[in-house]
Formats: sequence, structure tokens, C-alpha cells
Amino acid sequence: MFTTRAKRFNFKKLSFFPFFGVLFLSYFFTVSSLLYAQEPESEFDQSIVKNGESLFKGNCTVCHGINDVIIGPALRDVHERRSEEWIYSFVKNSQKVIRNGDEYAVNLYNEYNKTLMTSFDFSNEELNSILTYIKSESFKPIEVSVVSEVSQTGESSPVESDNYYISLVLNILLLIIIIFVLFRFTDLSRKYVTLQDIQSGGKLLNIDDKEIVESKFDLKKFVKSNKVLGFASFIFIIVFVKSCVDGLYTVGIQQNYQPTQPIAFSHQIHAGQFEIDCNYCHTGVNISKSANIPSVNICMNCHNTIKTDQPEIKKILTAYEENKPIEWIRVHNLPDLAYFNHSQHVAVGGLDCETCHGPIKEMDVVYQYANLTMGWCINCHRDTQVNTKGNDYYDKLVALHKKTSKSPLKVEDVGGLECAKCHY
Amino acid sequence: MSLKKKTYWKGIEELKNDTDFIKKSQNEFPEYLPIKGSMENSRRDFLKMMGFGIAAASVAACEAPVRKAIPYVNKPVEIDPSIPNYYASSYSMGSDYCSVVVKTREGRPIKIEGNTLSTVSGGGTTAQVESSILTLYDKERLKGPLLDGKETDWKNIDDYVLGKLEKIKSSGKKVYVLSNSISSPSSQNIIDDFIYNYNGTHVEYDQLSYHGMLEANNSSFGIRKLPFYDFSKAKIIVSFGYDFLGSSFNNNLFNKQFAESRRVNRNQKKMSRLYSFESNLTITGANADHRIPIKSLESPIYITKLYNVLADKIGKTKINIDKFSDAIDNDVINNVASDLLKNAGKSIVISGSNDKYVQIVVNMINDLLDNFGITIDFNKAYNIRKGNDSKMNSFLSDLSNKNVGSVLFLNCNPLYDNYLAPKIKIGIESVDMKISTSDRLDETSILCDVIIPNSHFLESWNDFEPIENHYSFSQPTIGKLFNTRQYQETLLLWSGFKNTYYDYLQDAWKKVYEKTQTNKSFQSFWDRLLHDGVFELNNESKEINYKSSTSFSELTSWVNALKNSSKFELSTYQNLSVADGIQSNNPWLQEMPDPISKVCWDNYISVNPKDAEKLNVETGDMTTQVLSFNINDSNYKLPVVIQPGQAQGTFGVALGYGRKFSGPVGDDVGVNAYLMLNSNSKYQNLTVDGIELTNINESYRIAQTQTHHTIMGRESIIQETSLSEYIKDENSGKYEFKVATSKGLKKPEAITLWKGHEYPNHHWVMSIDLNSCTGCGACTVACQVENNVPVVGKEEVLNRREMAWIRIDRYYSSDVDVHDFKGLENASENPDVTFQPMMCQHCNNAPCETVCPVAATTHSTEGLNQMVYNRCIGTRYCANNCPYKVRRFNWFKYHDNKQFDKNSSMNNDLGKMVLNPDVTVRSRGVMEKCSFCVQRIQAGKLQAKKEKRRPIDGEINVACASACPSQALVFGDIKDKESKIYKLLKIEGSDKTTLNVGEERAYNVLQEIRVSPNVWYLRKVRNKKAV
Repeated sequence: MFTTRAKRFNFKKLSFFPFFGVLFLSYFFTVSSLLYAQEPESEFDQSIVKNGESLFKGNCTVCHGINDVIIGPALRDVHERRSEEWIYSFVKNSQKVIRNGDEYAVNLYNEYNKTLMTSFDFSNEELNSILTYIKSESFKPIEVSVVSEVSQTGESSPVESDNYYISLVLNILLLIIIIFVLFRFTDLSRKYVTLQDIQSGGKLLNIDDKEIVESKFDLKKFVKSNKVLGFASFIFIIVFVKSCVDGLYTVGIQQNYQPTQPIAFSHQIHAGQFEIDCNYCHTGVNISKSANIPSVNICMNCHNTIKTDQPEIKKILTAYEENKPIEWIRVHNLPDLAYFNHSQHVAVGGLDCETCHGPIKEMDVVYQYANLTMGWCINCHRDTQVNTKGNDYYDKLVALHKKTSKSPLKVEDVGGLECAKCHY
Repeated sequence: MSLKKKTYWKGIEELKNDTDFIKKSQNEFPEYLPIKGSMENSRRDFLKMMGFGIAAASVAACEAPVRKAIPYVNKPVEIDPSIPNYYASSYSMGSDYCSVVVKTREGRPIKIEGNTLSTVSGGGTTAQVESSILTLYDKERLKGPLLDGKETDWKNIDDYVLGKLEKIKSSGKKVYVLSNSISSPSSQNIIDDFIYNYNGTHVEYDQLSYHGMLEANNSSFGIRKLPFYDFSKAKIIVSFGYDFLGSSFNNNLFNKQFAESRRVNRNQKKMSRLYSFESNLTITGANADHRIPIKSLESPIYITKLYNVLADKIGKTKINIDKFSDAIDNDVINNVASDLLKNAGKSIVISGSNDKYVQIVVNMINDLLDNFGITIDFNKAYNIRKGNDSKMNSFLSDLSNKNVGSVLFLNCNPLYDNYLAPKIKIGIESVDMKISTSDRLDETSILCDVIIPNSHFLESWNDFEPIENHYSFSQPTIGKLFNTRQYQETLLLWSGFKNTYYDYLQDAWKKVYEKTQTNKSFQSFWDRLLHDGVFELNNESKEINYKSSTSFSELTSWVNALKNSSKFELSTYQNLSVADGIQSNNPWLQEMPDPISKVCWDNYISVNPKDAEKLNVETGDMTTQVLSFNINDSNYKLPVVIQPGQAQGTFGVALGYGRKFSGPVGDDVGVNAYLMLNSNSKYQNLTVDGIELTNINESYRIAQTQTHHTIMGRESIIQETSLSEYIKDENSGKYEFKVATSKGLKKPEAITLWKGHEYPNHHWVMSIDLNSCTGCGACTVACQVENNVPVVGKEEVLNRREMAWIRIDRYYSSDVDVHDFKGLENASENPDVTFQPMMCQHCNNAPCETVCPVAATTHSTEGLNQMVYNRCIGTRYCANNCPYKVRRFNWFKYHDNKQFDKNSSMNNDLGKMVLNPDVTVRSRGVMEKCSFCVQRIQAGKLQAKKEKRRPIDGEINVACASACPSQALVFGDIKDKESKIYKLLKIEGSDKTTLNVGEERAYNVLQEIRVSPNVWYLRKVRNKKAV
């Protein structure tokens, strides 16, 4: 159906080509000067824009969007609204600007519920790159963000599993039909042979043949026969042992563990919808062993003003006011005997969070995505290439490895399978 | 002259060829070691336990326990979970001081390391410093102030004390402040303010008194201080019973200086020579090139004689000692004198005597030798020992005159560790108000009405001036664990100051800041101060001249008053583990074996083998007998240890034991030897004369880590040479094992079944210089702290189940032939001593790896022998196959186990705070051993990777090497050609099976068994005087 529609479409498009061609040309000529002026990509140094983008996403997106008002104003075309100097001084110390009585700043402050913007210790160079990024973004047309897009793609797996069950049922049905047909066939052929025999007056079959033809299937006898019993018990033992062994392998594995947390925090909203950088809350992920569950003061950066009336958010406020830490339930429980360091994998290895934590941006309630067994770790260490680019630590190792092997340098080649890398 | 083969033996049992010992030494374990209770268990019990076990396991497997993750409410900016922070601070306990760097994790200190910026403590640590971190987490510490034994609050206490003090002031009675030596200038000022307000007197004392030396310096130089000794500049060191490497003040610097003066290599073939005259075998004696065992009472005569010989040669007046002309060995003194004269200005003569006159003569000798100003410098005088025994005696007379209204014991415990304790105890009954700032209910504070527990030094602010114009800082590394208050705050409050001690310190330091005349702001000066932890002002060089103020007639009458006794002489001493006894409740110190006798969990009588024979002492393996003696009408019973090298007619007993109120670990361990000292003396005298020893034929089990591992005549364990031989040939003393093959002689490791290893990235190697190692044992405690090594207690040490990952083997040796029994007997009178730190050798062809049935111990691509606890099933094959006997088996669960509650770092919530979170706490039934601090290697590598560079040499260091005050242990990566270890071992390349080490002194222990260790030892060089 899809293909036919496509064909039809092509055909139509072809037939109207002259019309489109004229339209396109006229459009090009009339708007080309405008387009030229608006073509931002070529005007901005891409490295600066990229740098600005990472700075913006790492620091600003929590409160600001390009097009959306989050906590602070949308920053689209901010460079046209305010002078560069004003922006710089405001970012570096907004309180100072407000205190100095800058009219625009005071209005802004009042407009946004008297929320103070955190001071950022950016260099002018860094601020320039952020501003360049905002400029480049401002030239892009406003897209209507599709929130539901993410969840739609996530539903593919249940459909797949339904198909699996349908095919299973169909197969079983087919099997039953075949068995039924076979039974009918033997029955019919027996009846036919007996009939022929009777018609021929018992000449067709000798005694032995008769025995076979006339033998009746005694289910009781069949079931009680040693062969069947032996076979059945053999199957039973195999299945039992297999399930026992499988069961034992799952001891201590908590894959898909999804405890209810004291606060109904949703990664889907924070990381997915609002695209808050993981680093913003999990501050340790690039520097230390533990990624860090964010302390309450990090939540309060935003929830000081956002949705403060909601019961779940109120829990944060109470924790903050009463100075009582929130007792989250640990989802990923690595045994004490294994040493795992986030910064090794994220900062050095350059892995994405999703590699181990799965589609975290779609999780309303976080669950354990990977099984976290040693086999899982080891397999990854066998397959993963070492992120050696631009890291002097590996230079000599890479050179040495190239001499002896044509395959890329994997984690196992730098001792990633050794015991004392994780156990000590 | 070729060196004779030396015979080494590890203990007196081995030397004597005790039949019991021989029989037991053949077995892996010397005797049948029962696991308690196992004999009574029947088959039924086994079935019951198994049934229960299976049921429990299946229940436990059903649901994993819910684990919580609790973040901060307000995360402090400087704390990131799992990232350690380091703070410079200063260790201070008793009179001792050490500049340190404290490692904290999530806001709790977990390890103390030396501050390498400090020129006073030299960057190393001692066993006491290392273990003081556990004292912070001692659950015996008081939780708040006590008034008449009842808990109360600060206001009550302050009101009570101030009210009483006013009354005492108006009644005209005296107020005394007792403390150990105060080296903190700000604290001293606060104490001075307090005593000024209340007409008080401040009396300082030291556990080991330096009164005699201080008084002598006062009379010779007009300065009542200890000078700065520089052993690194000395060519000849003569010590008369002064244990400068062991029990001395600031011994970590002395260890460093001494090792510096003895570091030899092919380009530097010079080293110092140490003569030691002493009665007990101390580590100073053990490191001496010539050790002369003498009675302590004879020491003044030897010193005076030395003076006379020198004076004679230089042409100065002699002291008349005709009375003792044949009491001493003149040849030795003549030898020493000629050596000293050759090295005038480059020598140190030092004595441990607390007799003023002895020290005056020592000063006279050093003056004759022009040592002042060069090796002994009064321009840099120490402030860490200021104790005054005369002041203590006048305090005592005030007490007996009932003239004392109040005594304030500032962090001191004189009723335990002062020689006047019995008299003070009687005297203070009449005192109206007794105040103590002790952190626990100790011997002194238990008798006090008011106890204001002082904060631990890791919870306190303070400054120190250990040496004039050399400052050091102490900053809190953790919030106060309990409701405690540092005494400086208390005294400020009582003197009417409103500000905190922190403000007081800052104000005081503003004055120092003004002196520096820098253009930096005070804040940046202050920040730098806290960051570095140390600060030095330029010393104004003062003219400090020696003046002889003591007349020769005075000295002559003093010498003639000396007596010589035919009975036994008791020499008390401080050992290196428990030391002064302040940290008695610290299990790490209690289980640290004495460097010489290897005894732990006890003090004991050490006697010479000949004296032991006279006393009919029978010793076996870890069994000995009890000797009894009387002093001051008290009877003492102590086990005896036969100590080669103990001077005949003397016996030693260690101080610091026999505590009654320190806590469950330290109480009733050994006997309190402070009580044996003469309390009628005007100064603390460590020697007590005229004692009758009797053998009461009572058997005693003494825990020693000594005779576990015999040498069995293998010459490749200890190698040594003499300096004269070394000058001729760097390879002298080398024992090289070569294997004859069809292609000629080869190194043993070259002929091997093993494929060898390739180390593409790092290759971690350690070198241990036997010439620098003084045997102090700081490394053993450092390892225990860093690697969560459990303490097992005396019983388990008796069962030979101690868990130390690094031990220091001590070997006695003599020049005589193995079959020369007579010679051996003489040698055991006064043997040479060698210390050898021994840990996992990380063999490239490791015998343990091949025998493990589950591959729980494997080799890494960085040269490490890895031990995986969670894979180990406890067959102990590896331990059986280890030629170095460095593998330790967890016979029991040492954590969360009431039976091992002395292992306090793992058995209560407070103690557990000291555990290193990066190292697994091992469970019962697994093997463990030195890992080369793999957690530090991994952390260092990760840091380098994050910064996109190779690790810098020195950045990754193991705990033992970083603790070592003498820098005998060097650790590093020989793949880094700039590294210290690469240069030290003079690596000449390597292939898969062998590493070519160019350093002539380097050797592997047990090279002939081809295990190819990654730990290299550097041969010991002795500097004996040619006869």
C-alpha cells in the first residue's frame, strides 16, 4: 500500500514539475538576498558555536530556553534586545546589576517572580561563545516541539512481543491440525485396508499384518510403558535442572528492579522533555567514582520557583527547610567486592549514560536496565574500543598495539579483563 | 680480606637448635591449631547447620535488601563523594609533634601521611602518628563534660569552675597547671594569661624526661632547650644509651638524617659510622656499626673516660676518674676517640642520661670536637621537650604542704606516666578542685571533680613552633564527634576572653604576618599557611657560645659519687609501638611487634642469654617463664624474653604498658613500668639498680611474630658487605646463584618453564635499601591503616594467625662459622642486626598463581600479583607455596564479631569510620596479601587519564613507602625512564623473563628459586672500623 502511494506521489510530482520549477525559481530570486543575509551557518565559527552549545546546555538550559520561557526568559534574539556589555555583566553578577537600579534588569526581576539568576564565573570568551550560539539558534525557525514523539517510539517493543505470541499460537494450531490430519489419515488407511481385506476375503493380510492393522492404541499401556516413562522423566529432569541452574544465575541479579522512590521524580520530564544535562544533577559523573544522587540544594535551584505548590515538590521543600536528607532507594546495587568508577567510563572512556542506564530519558520511574553481572561488564570490555583520541596516556600503548595487531585497541588489550582492575 | 660467611638466625630458639623448635619448623604450622569448639561438633550438628544454611540461603536469595542512597541536603562545595580531600595539619599527642597531611573522605579523616614540606619532621611518619587516626574514633572517648562524675553542660561546668577559682584565689592557695611540653606559641600565651589571672604556676613534664639535658644546656649555653642535631652532617655518631632512632623526640627526622648519611652507591662510597653504648638492644643499637653493651650505670664513666682521652690528646684538663680506671674497656674508648678526633666538627656525641652532669660532660666533649654550630645547632632549638623535673618536685612539695587549691591537668596523665605518680596520687587528695582535660577516664581524670574532654587534634585548631621560627599548623579535618572543647577555648573563657580560639590564632598570626613584610594580603598569607601546614621565618643567626660553667672539682665529686653494683640493673625504655602509653587503647599499636624482640600485646623482661642461663630460664616456642623482682616494696612478675645483645647484669622493661584506665584494648596489657622508677629521685631516672631477679618457674605464653619463618641457611635472603670491601668492589658481598647449562652459566630466571610476561604499559617495582631501613615499623602501621588489615589479638598471634601484610624481619648475625659453637655463643651476646621489610614480592613467576585451583590469584599486565577475594575459596595452597610466607588467611570473620572486639576499627560504628572505602573488608575464609596498594595505583592512573597525560613519578606511591621516614622503600614504574626507581636500580633493559638491574647492590631474596620478584633489596653495607 505504501509503495503504491509513493508511486502515485512521484507521478504527480513529475507531472507538476514545470509548475514547481517556476515557483522555485521565482522564490529563489525574490528571497535570495534575504536568504543570503539569514544564512547563519557560514557566518559563525562552528567551533565557537559548538563550544557555546555545550556551555549553554551544561549551565543555562535549566532555567533558559531559546524559544521557551522556563524559569528565566527565552533567550531568542537576546543580542538584539540588550547590549553585549549588559548581558556580560548580568550573567556574571545579576544581583549587582539589579542593585545598581538598571531599569530593564529590575523589570525583568519583578516579571520573573523575583527569582535571582545565579552568578556564573564565565570568561568573556566563554560568554561570547554562548552568545554566538544563541545568535545562531535565533536564526533558525521556531519548531513546534513534539513532546509525545519520544513515547511513541518507545512503544515498538510491546507490538513486537504481541506478534511473537500470535505466531506461537498459530504454530501450535498448525501442529495440532497436522497431528489431527495424520491421525485421520492413519485411521482412514486402516479402515480402507480392513475393508479391502474383508472384500478380498481375508487374503490380503496375513496374521502378522492383521495384528498390526487391528491393534488398538492402548493409551494406558503406552503411558505406563518403560520407554515413555523413562523419556518423560528424562525430560522432566532436564527441564528441572535447567530451570534450577537458570534460577541460580538470577540470584542477586536485579535487572528491571524499579523501586518506588520517596518522591515521584521523573527522568522522562527532566532529562527527556526538558533535556537537562545529566551532569547538572549528577555532578560526580565526570570526576568521581559515584555519579552522585543530587543533593536537595540542586533540586532547589529550580524548584524554588517551579511548581512549588505540587505535593511532590513540597516534599523537596520540606526536606530543604527541615534539613532532612531525602532517603532515595538505590536502584543500581553493585556488590561491595566490585569497584566501579563513573569518571573512568564517562570522562575517560567517553561513554554515554544510556550505554549502561538504558533509555533513561524515557523512564518515568528509573529501573535497572542492564543486569550488571560480571559477564556483562567483561563482554563490554571485550568489545569496546579504548577512547584514545587526544589522550597522551594511551599514545605509547596505541603505537605498541599497532605493531602487533591490525584490530583497534580494545579495553581488554589494556588490561581491562584483569581481576585487580575492579576487585581490591 | 674476603668476608667470612655469616650465620643468620631469627631467634634464640633457632640458634640453640631447640629440639622442639626443629621439629615444629619442619611443619607449615608449628603445632596443631584448633578452631575453638570444633571438637565438640557432631555429624548431627553438621547436618543441622547445613540444613539451616540452605534454608537461610534460599530465604536470603528471595529478595535483595533495599539499600538507600542518601545525598546531602546542602552539599558542601569542597566535598565530592568518593573524592578524597587532603588537609595539612599537625599531629600532637603528649609532647610529640609531627607535621602531617590528612586524607579525608566524605568529611572523615581516614589516613595520615607525612607533610613533605616540613623541614622539622622530614615528611615521614611514625607508628604513633599513623595510628593516631584510630584514637580519634575510639569509643572510649568521653562524650561530654563531667562534673563529679555526672554528665552536665558547659555552662554548669564553667560557672562551677569559675566560682571555685575565685574562692581559691581569695584563699591564697596555689593554682597549678600541669601539662606535657607545650610547643604551641598561642596555647602557651593562653596558659600564661590564665595563670597570670589566678596566680598560678605552669609545670611541664615529659614522659621520657629531658630534664638533665635541658639543665646542662642551660648551664653550658644559657638556653634551656634542646639543640637541632643534624645526623646527616655527622661522619661519626656516638650514642650513650640515647635511642635517637627510636624513642627520641622527632625521631622521624633523625631516621631521615641518619639514612641520608648512609646512602651509598657506585658514585658515593662514603657513610657515617655509629657507635652505640647501651644496655637494652634498641633500634639505634641495632643500626650501629659498633654496638657496645654496657650497664646504664657505667655510661657516665664511659663518657667521662671518653672526655679524658679526647682532652688528653687535645691538651685540656681532665676529670679525675682514677676510682674507675679498670671498670671499663679502654680499647673501645680509644678507638672511638681516635675516630672522633679525625672527624672533629663532623661528629655528634649524645647521651640519653637524665643526669645533668652527664650531659654537661657530653657538652664538653662536643665542644672539644667543635661540633656546636655545625652538627649541633642552638640557633635552631627544639621546643618539643621542655619538661622540668625540679618544677614537678616543687609541685609535689606544695601538694604535701596542702598549699594547692586547684590542679588543672592539661591533656596529661601524670598519675600514670610520671615517675612521681605514687606521690602525686597521695598529694592531690587534699586539692580542692581537680580539673582534667583528658579525652577519656584515665588514671588521672578518674580522680578529678571536673572533666572537660579535649577535642582530638584532628578536630582542633592550633599552631606549633617545634623549632624556633619553624611553625606548623593544625586545622580541624572533621567536625567534633562528641561534645568536647579544646582546652584553649576553655582557658580563654576562664580568662575572660570573649573570642574563640580560631580568632585568637588569627590575631596572633597577624603579628607574624606583619613580620614577613610581604605585599600579599593577610587572607592569602593565612590561606597559604593552612594549605602548606608549615611556615618558616628566617632565623636570625645568634651568637650562642659554649661556656664552661661547671668546675672540675664539682665534676670530680660527682664522678666519685657514682656507684657500681653487682646486682641486676633495670633499664626501662620506650618501645616503638606503644611508646609512652598515651595511645594504649589503640589495637594497631598493641599488635605492632617490637622491632627487636617481635613481641606484641605484652611488655616483658629482656635478659642476656648468659643471665638467662644463670636464672635457669627455659624457653620454648612462644613459651617462656615468669621472673619476679621487688622494687619499692612492690612485687612485679613479668615474662622473660632472652634477648641477644642485652648487656649482662641488666634487664629491660618497656614503659607504656599496664594501663588501668585506657579502655578495653589497652587495660591490663603488661605491667606499668613507670611505677618501677625511683620516685625519690630529683629527676626521672630510667635506671633502677640493685635488683634481685628470681625465676618462679611459672610458664607463660608470649605472643611473638618472630620465629615463624626460618632461614634454613639460605644465603640469598640477607646480603651484606662492609664499606671497606664495597669501596674496593661494588659487588662485594654478592651471593649470586648461577645455573650451569650447555651454553655456560646463566641467571636462574633465564632458565625457566615460564613464558614470562610483557608489560606494555606500567611495570611496578619496589626497591628496599637495607642500609636505610632502621626497622622503625612505621610502614607496618601505615599498611594496616591503608588496607583495612584487621587486628587479631594476642590469642591469634599465639596461633600464628596475625594478618600484617608487611612485616619487618629482624635477623641477628655474627661473623663466625656455622660450626663454631663457641663463637656463635659469643656472637649471641652481641649480634649484628639486620632489618628486612618483607611483603608480597609480586613475583613474575609467582608460585602461588600456579597452584590456585580457582585462579583467584593471577598476574596483571603491570607486574602485580593480584588477589581476588570474591573468587578465593580458601584452599590455602597459595600460602603453602609462597616461599616468602607473606600470604595471610582470614581464619575468622574479624569484623562485626564480638570475639574480636579488640579489632576496634571493624567492630563498632565509630571505629569503622576509619576504614578505607576503596578497599574491601575481607571476610572469613579468604586469603589476602600485599596488593602494592592497587587502589592507589588505579586512582593515580585514572587521574592521569582524566588529565590526558602519563602519571608523574611520585604521584602514585604505596602506603609503606610514603610513611617511611628514612625513605628506604622506593616504589615506582620502571617503564618511566625518569622515575626515581628506574634511576635507583639503574635498569639496563629487560626481556620477557629477566630484568637487567645495573645497581650492584640490588638483589632478589631467594633468587635461586626463580620466582623473579618485582621487589629488589639493596645490600646492607656496614661501616666497621678496620681492626
